[in-house]
Amino acid sequence: MAKAPARKTAAPKKTASTPAAASNRETPREPVPYAATPEELEKFYREMLLIRRFEEKAGQLYGLGLIGGFCHLYIGQEAVAVGLQSALDGDKDSVITGYRDHGHMLAYGIDPKVIMAELTGRAAGISKGKGGSMHMFSVEHKFYGGHGIVGAQVALGTGLAFAHKYRGDGGVAMAYFGDGAANQGQVYESFNMAELWKLPIIFVIENNQYAMGTSVNRSSAEDQLYRRGESFRIPGMQVDGMDVLAVRGAAEAALEWVRAGKGPILLELKTYRYRGHSMSDPAKYRSREEVQAVRDKSDAIEHLKKAMIDAGIGEDRIKDIDKEIRAVVAESADFAESAPEPDPSELYTDVLVEQY
Amino acid sequence: MAIELKMPALSPTMEEGTLAKWLVKEGDAVKSGDILAEIETDKATMEFEAIDEGTIAQILVPEGTDNVKVGTVIATISGEGEEAAPAPAPAAAPAPTEAPAPAATPAPAAEKPAPAMRAADPSIPTGTAMVKLTVREALRDAMAEEMRADDRIFVMGEEVAEYQGAYKVTQGLLDEFGPRRVIDTPITEYGFAGLGAGAAMGGLKPVIEFMTFNFAMQAIDHIINSAAKTNYMSGGQMRCPIVFRGPNGAASRVGAQHSQNYAPWYASVPGLIVISPYDAADAKGLLKAAIRSEDPVVFLENELLYGRSFELPDVEDYVLPIGKARIMRAGTDVTIVSYSIGVGLALEAADALAGEGIEAEVIDLRTLRPLDTETVLASLKKTNRMIVVEEGWPTCSIASELAMVAMEQGFDDLDAPVLRVTDEDVPLPYAANLEKAALVDVPRVIAAAKTVCNRG
Repeated sequence: MAKAPARKTAAPKKTASTPAAASNRETPREPVPYAATPEELEKFYREMLLIRRFEEKAGQLYGLGLIGGFCHLYIGQEAVAVGLQSALDGDKDSVITGYRDHGHMLAYGIDPKVIMAELTGRAAGISKGKGGSMHMFSVEHKFYGGHGIVGAQVALGTGLAFAHKYRGDGGVAMAYFGDGAANQGQVYESFNMAELWKLPIIFVIENNQYAMGTSVNRSSAEDQLYRRGESFRIPGMQVDGMDVLAVRGAAEAALEWVRAGKGPILLELKTYRYRGHSMSDPAKYRSREEVQAVRDKSDAIEHLKKAMIDAGIGEDRIKDIDKEIRAVVAESADFAESAPEPDPSELYTDVLVEQY
Repeated sequence: MAIELKMPALSPTMEEGTLAKWLVKEGDAVKSGDILAEIETDKATMEFEAIDEGTIAQILVPEGTDNVKVGTVIATISGEGEEAAPAPAPAAAPAPTEAPAPAATPAPAAEKPAPAMRAADPSIPTGTAMVKLTVREALRDAMAEEMRADDRIFVMGEEVAEYQGAYKVTQGLLDEFGPRRVIDTPITEYGFAGLGAGAAMGGLKPVIEFMTFNFAMQAIDHIINSAAKTNYMSGGQMRCPIVFRGPNGAASRVGAQHSQNYAPWYASVPGLIVISPYDAADAKGLLKAAIRSEDPVVFLENELLYGRSFELPDVEDYVLPIGKARIMRAGTDVTIVSYSIGVGLALEAADALAGEGIEAEVIDLRTLRPLDTETVLASLKKTNRMIVVEEGWPTCSIASELAMVAMEQGFDDLDAPVLRVTDEDVPLPYAANLEKAALVDVPRVIAAAKTVCNRG
C-alpha cells in the first residue's frame, strides 16, 4: 500500500471490517490495498483528475450563470467513484447514486461533453436538457441515475439488484448514498429485503462528514456508519475513501462476497467534500482550516500522484496527463456553452412512452 | 334459554357466505373455543368457534347452504341444565332464513346495478359468448395470463403469495408461478415500492400490490418521484414500466385512515397512467393493458366490488385500450359521469330516473389519466347537462376537474351548471349512520340529476 504521509483523522488509515458478532457467522475477508500496475495508476489518475477539473469548471460555469438550480460538486471524493467502479464489470453490473452524480458518470467513461451539456440545460445533454445536474442516466452504461430525493436510490438500487438476481445475469448493483441519506427509513427497509432475499448489492455510504450543514456526529446515534447493517446481518467495512487503492481493494473484497451469493455488503467510505453541499452553500458549519488540512494532508489525487512517482511514472508524464485533461474539460465546457437549448416542442415529449 | 348462533360477518365487507360444513351435530356438548363450523366467504374459508358453553340444540341451516346472510340464525345452543333435546315449540325456533338486517350490519355503499340498456363495449363483437366472473377473479386472471406470456412480470406485495392475497386477488398465483415470481414482502411499503421501481428501471415488469392504497401513502414518493418522472427526466432514455395496484376508496366501517379515494391525487401527476375500473370485464381488460404498458400505471381497485360478478366476454386475450371511457347506458337528458364504484350508483340512479321520464347517459371514465374528455364532451353536447358521481371528497376531485373541462371546452353546450355528487367533505366516520351519511348514494345522484334537469 502506498502510504500517504501523516494522514488526518478525517480519513482513517486503514480499513476495518465489522467485528464479528458473538456468532460463527461468516464475514467477508479483510480487504487489502489494490496492487495497481503503472498503467492502472495512470488510468485512475486520469479519471480522478477529470472529475476534479470537470467539477471545477462546472463551478465556474455556475458562477457565470450557465448552470442553474442545484449543482453538487464531487471535488474531494474522486477516489470513491473511481476506485469502486474500476472493479465493476461494465457489461453486467449496475450503478445508482443520488444527486451528487457527475463523478460517478465520469468514472464510468461517459462523455464529459454530454454531461456538461446537461448541466447547462442543452438539447445535447444526456437527458436532452430535461434532467439537469441531479437527474442524469445512461442505461447504456447501466448507470441508473442521478436521483434527487435523498435515500430513494437505495430502494431503487435494491430493485436493480433484485432484477439481476431475477434474471440470473450475474450482475451486481452498487447503490451509493451519503452519510445524510444513511438516516432515511427506506435505507433500512431496503437493507432488510436485500439481506432477506440475498440480493447482489453493494451499499456504499460516501461519508463526507456533512449532511448539508449537519455533521455526522450531530445527526447519527451510531456514527460508525459501516455498522448500520449489523441488525440486518449485513457485514460492513470502513474504508479510507481518500485512497483509491484502498477503495479498489475494498471493492474487490465486497464483490467477492456478493458474487458468491452471500447477499449484500455495506461499505462506508470515509471521504470529504471540499466544496459546499451545493453551489449555494457557504459552508459556514466548518472552519476553513479544517478543509485546508484535509486538502493538504489527505487529498486523494496528491496521494495517488505520489504512488505514481513511486511506481516510476515521471513528473513529465503526469504533467502531460494534466494538460490533456484540461483540454478535455475545456472542450466539454465549450460544447456545453455553444450547444443549442432544447427545442420548445421538447416540453411535451417523453412524458409517457406510449400514446393512449 | 337457548342461545342463538348467527351467521358471523368474517370481514368488514362480508354480506353473506356459504355454510360449508358443520363440525358438530345436534346434541353435542360444546365449550368456548370449540370449532363449530366452516364458513366460506368469497375470500377464504374460516372456522367458526363457539363462544358459549352448552349443548347444540338445533342446527337450522344445513351444511352446503349458499348465500347465508350475515345475521341469520344458523343454530341454537341450550345452556347449562337446559333440555338438550331439540325444542319442538316453533316459538323457540323461528328459523329466520332471512335475517332482519341488524342495525350493525353495514349497508352496502351501492346496490347491485340493474344491467338494463347497457351499451355494448365497442371492442366486444356482438354474439361473443360471455362468462360470469367476479372482479376479484378477473384481476387474478389478468395477472396470470400476462405472467404466462412474459417472464419479466412478477407480483410483489404483502401477503400476495402464501396467504393468497389479503383480499384473495392473487389467489393461486404462487402455485402456478412459484416464489420467484410471486413474492411476499415484509410490511415495508416505501421499500418495496422503491424496489419495484428500481426493478422496472432495470428491465423487469413489476406488479406491486398495496394491501390498500391507504398504505401507499408511505410509498407515494417512489410512485411519483421515481416512477412517474423518470422517463421525462432522462429525456426518454430510462423507462419505469410498473403497475401499482390495490383497493382504493371507502370499504366498510374501517374508519378514516382506511377509507380514502386517491384517484384525484395520482390523476394530477403527469407521467402516470391512472386506471380505476368498475366491472369485471374492464378490470381484466385494463389490468392486462396496464401490465403491458411501458409507462407506470396506478391501478385503483375497490374492495366492495371485488366480490361482485359481471359478464365478461369469453375471448382469449381480452385487452382494452387505456384512456377510453365507456358509455354504460345511452340517454338524452343528462350525462352522469363516474368511475369505479360510483358507476353502479349512476346506473341505478339512471334506472330510477327513467321511471320519471329522465333518460340519463351514464359514462364510466375507466381511465382517469389520460382522461377521455372527448367522450364526456360529446355526451354533454347531446344532453346539455352533466353531473359527476365520485366516491371521494369533492375538493380538487375528478369531479372538479370535469366541471372545469366542461366549462373550458363545453361551455356553449351547458344548459345548467355541472354538479358534483361526492362524499361529504369530512374524514370518513366509523359509526354506521355517520358513515352512511358521509358516502355518496343513489338518492343524491337522483336529486342532482333532477336539479340540473330543472325537475328538482
